[in-house]
Amino acid sequence: MSFISKIRETLICLKAGRVTLPYPYQPRPAPEKFRGRPIFDASKCIGCAGCANNCPAREILVLDICQEIRILKYLGRRCTYCGRCADVCPENAITMSKDYETATNNIADIQQKLELFMSTCQRCGRCFKEPSPLEQLKLKGYRFDDLANERWIFKSKSYLDNFKVSDDIHIELD
Amino acid sequence: MFRNFLLKMFPRSLWVYHANSGGCNGCDIEVLNVLTPYYDAERFGIKLVASPRHADVMLCQGPAMRSTAAALKRAYEAMPSPKIVFAIGSCACGGGIWHDLYNVIGPIERIVPVSYYIPGCPPRPEAILYGVALAMGLVDKKVIPTNLKQEELPIPRYHPEDLIQQESMPVYKKLEKV
Repeated sequence: MSFISKIRETLICLKAGRVTLPYPYQPRPAPEKFRGRPIFDASKCIGCAGCANNCPAREILVLDICQEIRILKYLGRRCTYCGRCADVCPENAITMSKDYETATNNIADIQQKLELFMSTCQRCGRCFKEPSPLEQLKLKGYRFDDLANERWIFKSKSYLDNFKVSDDIHIELD
Repeated sequence: MFRNFLLKMFPRSLWVYHANSGGCNGCDIEVLNVLTPYYDAERFGIKLVASPRHADVMLCQGPAMRSTAAALKRAYEAMPSPKIVFAIGSCACGGGIWHDLYNVIGPIERIVPVSYYIPGCPPRPEAILYGVALAMGLVDKKVIPTNLKQEELPIPRYHPEDLIQQESMPVYKKLEKV
């Protein structure tokens, strides 16, 4: 009786076949609703920085280097691919791609940097007098750019004195 | 150069130690998923070991926290050299979305040197396999930093040459952008 059951087991095992994916040698497409890394389209972006304000990881940074040019930088290292930036973008300039093969030995490889034209006041050419919503956020301490040293600084609200660990989070440019 | 060095230093199986320093367990499940017969990382010779003293590779998940950073550093120092470290998930790569909390130090590269980064929250099992295959020289890297520049302003500015007459009213040519 046990011999017959062994034979039956062998037949079941032969029927199972091979289940292992040949993945790194053959591509495997992502499923339908998968969200991979976001792709920014510079020709559509109007530089409203809505994505930067909605990013829960504070991963999209905005820097105004002069009157006319704003730099939008996606660092990508903390990104959780939640898709909020693509959701909030009024011009649909951000698309969540299905690209998941982002493993790298240099974390700066997944950065994306956009140089955007910003229009100034048509009359005087200067910026507006009232602080923009972005500058109001800056005043509240969400983000701050160190222009002299050319680097990005997050001003964290969880700042405590005498704690080196919870110091401000510095993000170098490259 | 680094890859050739790695291939020379690790000619045989990689033994993997699996360290979670305060993640949410999502990446751990994906790492265990890679070891199942469906993805089968053991065909590359990857084996999970329980002690860092047996391991060549440390898979780190979760950010470096104030409570676990010292233990992570000790586990790294217990590994025999040469050793490589994989940062799996966006917490290990960049600190996660709670990067500025008081108990989170940040990415694990502040504690231990990281050789390979696998971003994702959590990364797919294929992405982890891809990272391992990248370290072993089986596939090529696919991401490069991109710099994009605008050629022209996407919204219409006041340019009189862009005005066209349409039904007794001047409108912009590029009006459909707004």
